[in-house]
Amino acid sequence: MRFGVVVFPGSNCDHDAWYAVEKNLGQTAEFIWHDSAELGNVDAVILPGGFSYGDYLRCGAIAKFSRVMQAVKKFASEGGLVLGICNGFQILVESGLLPGALIRNRGLKFICRPVELRTETTNSPFTCEAQKGAILTIPIAHGEGCYYADERTLDELEAEDRVVFRYVDNPNGSLRDIAGILNRERNVLGLMPHPERASDPLMGSTDGLVLFRSMVSSMAVK
Amino acid sequence: MGEITSEIVQAHQLTPEEYEKILSILGREPTYTELGIFSVMWSEHCSYKSSRLHLKKLPTTGKHVLQGPGENAGVIDIGDGYAIAFKIESHNHPSFIEPFQGAATGVGGILRDIFTMGARPIAVMDSLRFGPLDDPQAGARNKRILEGVVSGIAHYGNCFGVPTVGGECVFEPGYNGNPLVNVFALGVFKKDEIFLARACGLGNPVIYVGAKTGRDGIHGASMASAEFTEESQQKRPNVQVGDPFLEKLLLEACLEAMRTGAIVGIQDMGAAGLTCSTCEMGSRGGTGIEIELDLVPQRETGMTPYEIMLSESQERMLLVAEKGREQEVFRVFRKWGLDAVTVGRVTNDGMMRVKHHGQIVAEIPSRALADDAPLYDRPHTQPRRTAPLDGPEFQSASLERDLEALLASGDICSKRWIWEQYDYMVRTNTVQGPGGDAAVIRIKETGTSVAMALDGNGRYCALSPRQGARLAVAECCRNLSTVGALPVAATNCLNFGNPERPEIMAQLVEAIEGMGEACRFFETPITGGNVSLYNETLGEAIDPTPVVGVVGLLPTGPPLTIDFKRAGRAVILLGGFGRCNSRRFGSTQYAKVVLKQVWGLPPELDMDYEKRVQAAMREIAAAGLAESAHDLSDGGLAVAAAECSFGPAGVGARLDLDADMRPEYLLFHEGPSRILLSTAQPDQVQTIAARHGVEAPRIGDTIEEGLVIRSRGRVHVDLNVERLKRLWSDALEKALRT
Repeated sequence: MRFGVVVFPGSNCDHDAWYAVEKNLGQTAEFIWHDSAELGNVDAVILPGGFSYGDYLRCGAIAKFSRVMQAVKKFASEGGLVLGICNGFQILVESGLLPGALIRNRGLKFICRPVELRTETTNSPFTCEAQKGAILTIPIAHGEGCYYADERTLDELEAEDRVVFRYVDNPNGSLRDIAGILNRERNVLGLMPHPERASDPLMGSTDGLVLFRSMVSSMAVK
Repeated sequence: MGEITSEIVQAHQLTPEEYEKILSILGREPTYTELGIFSVMWSEHCSYKSSRLHLKKLPTTGKHVLQGPGENAGVIDIGDGYAIAFKIESHNHPSFIEPFQGAATGVGGILRDIFTMGARPIAVMDSLRFGPLDDPQAGARNKRILEGVVSGIAHYGNCFGVPTVGGECVFEPGYNGNPLVNVFALGVFKKDEIFLARACGLGNPVIYVGAKTGRDGIHGASMASAEFTEESQQKRPNVQVGDPFLEKLLLEACLEAMRTGAIVGIQDMGAAGLTCSTCEMGSRGGTGIEIELDLVPQRETGMTPYEIMLSESQERMLLVAEKGREQEVFRVFRKWGLDAVTVGRVTNDGMMRVKHHGQIVAEIPSRALADDAPLYDRPHTQPRRTAPLDGPEFQSASLERDLEALLASGDICSKRWIWEQYDYMVRTNTVQGPGGDAAVIRIKETGTSVAMALDGNGRYCALSPRQGARLAVAECCRNLSTVGALPVAATNCLNFGNPERPEIMAQLVEAIEGMGEACRFFETPITGGNVSLYNETLGEAIDPTPVVGVVGLLPTGPPLTIDFKRAGRAVILLGGFGRCNSRRFGSTQYAKVVLKQVWGLPPELDMDYEKRVQAAMREIAAAGLAESAHDLSDGGLAVAAAECSFGPAGVGARLDLDADMRPEYLLFHEGPSRILLSTAQPDQVQTIAARHGVEAPRIGDTIEEGLVIRSRGRVHVDLNVERLKRLWSDALEKALRT
């Protein structure tokens, strides 16, 4: 399977995502430059972590205007798998591919630490290989990861089984402990934790690999 | 501009003798711009005029060293065709004036030093010193400085995408008016792709890349070469503002441009900005450089040559390309959205020639400016010392309360509040991050790992700069050996007061000599570093604080961490109980925290024994015999044992110490050359230790719950580990909130 990893100016987890896919997962990954109008021949897209365009405005607010995001939107609307990690999640939200917003952490500080996530649904191409209710240990590293949305949106996300991960011990004040959500069509996932940092036994956890493995097996079914 | 008066010379912090030297180099009176150029290049910060003579006493070569001092960073060979570049630098003065930007640009500066060499930065560490958070007068300010510095480091490092993997943070009253922010960075590259800061090739274009030049940071280097006075707070505009995003672009663009093969030499613009980069590149290349300031991208209008030459705007680089291949370089920088313009060319007359609107505004021999800076053999007497040699009679009221007080004290408590604000995992190489004895970063390209640690102890050095500096090197090497790494090279940051005072100069000389002795003995040559003098506020100098950063090599594998993993394991004190007496006890954390006074001398160091302990430790680690290992330092054996009990497993220990020493010493003395480890194979561990001629008493066992310490039938400590851990882990946050 061929993964495309988008590189925005300021992306800094692009290489980590590439490494997890190529070396830990054993699939193919290639970089896609931010002003590309085409994604090329990829089966899935990863929007990696970092500080796209410096994120001096709202995180992801500039990235949504990039040429590559037009291509990503089109790709998503055609059913392509899109995984947004950390800054990637923020970009998906800013682009309107996912609902809600990501605001400053409750404690107003950047937090880097491994956290426990509860797998809330396996009805998604990103978690079909996981066990429902399974607790995954995956690191977070963000200053603006507090998930926020209005009550109706939150109710809708829950009613439609679109909350994929919840924090066991909420680190950032996210409403209803939300760590990751799907779009309505279930082919776009955004999450604040970094599965690519939990894909190598040397990094202390391989719990993140299940996301990538799920993407591979759901592509195989297609 | 009018005539250069003695007032103008003095305002530039040049002495009359230095001005005479300028006149003789030029054979005429300098222009105002030239005077500014000389003043920054000959500032203490850039010229090392007080320390250069003594820095020569440091060992700088060794079998791993590819590049010693003199370039932007030292470089060592790590095998398999790869090398690492690393260095530590101070940003003390700016961080006091504006903590957030001061610390942020400190990170930015050292990162540029690394990628200027062609290496990709893969790790950062910080050595921080602040006044106590509970200081009756300065406490509130100290908290603000700490918070500002930490968020500044986080802001820059996190956005740039380099993990901040460790460091140290110490609180002493001596830093009330003068905090220290020393930043270490390390990068990796192929060893045949090292770039040097040299201007070569007659007619080659000199290209300016990165941020535009503004009026920020003018005279930053001179500011860092003076004491703080009431007026220093007025110097806020001298502190630069960092843009980590721009630096990230600059990194990617520079590394990509280097791969074109069109770049001949490159240097970042740090202290003294365009001035330093032009004259140093010319001087090192044995050439001259001519630039036209009209071509320099400028952020503001109406900047004078003086301002352009002395600006310390961040995120700028100067490079020399091969003539005719400029477009290849420009193409890369355009891709990354960065300014890149030819501002001059390499000449063969050895002059640094600066033009503005076509007129020459400065014309100085590069070599004289860069290398013939004044060199002072400043008088030095006995090191300044205020503490008495002998301390009070004392008797602990409760060793348990003492242990609790130590674990909750500023220097010993968990620094999690700090390092959780740093992205310490980005780039997925962090095998062991903050909180361990040393950080371990894997090198994906080679399958090996690099370990690194920073150490410095101002309290020890205030009592004896020579012994303190030796102890810092020994501890740093021990930190590395404790995670199984072989120490191979070092970098240093020497933080002292005003060298024009003989008793301060004596501290500097003694510390350099002590560091040299230890680095020679432990075979860790100093490949580069930085000297920060004039760390004084209103005449009050800091404790002498030489900080050393040592790097070591080890195979990549699961890390050897400090926490006990399983109950029922033997606990061994590699190196033995050590020695102590009432004078040596006066430098301990116990004296500082519990008895609230400091006296006497630093712990006694036997370098030969230390080296054998470290060799034994590495052999034990390599054989996979230790389940946990933690070196003894601040707070001694009892604190180390408690820290080993604070792991996720919650495993504690029952220790029975069979030693002839009063209990306060036994539990809390800080004698070096000791490592606490747990093992399932105590016999094999002891066999290795014996072969190295090292004591390794089995002092107890790990247990499911609790920390119990006894000796000779008396129970000194019997405490609940969970409660102790909370005290230790919450202390810093609590201190910041109150």
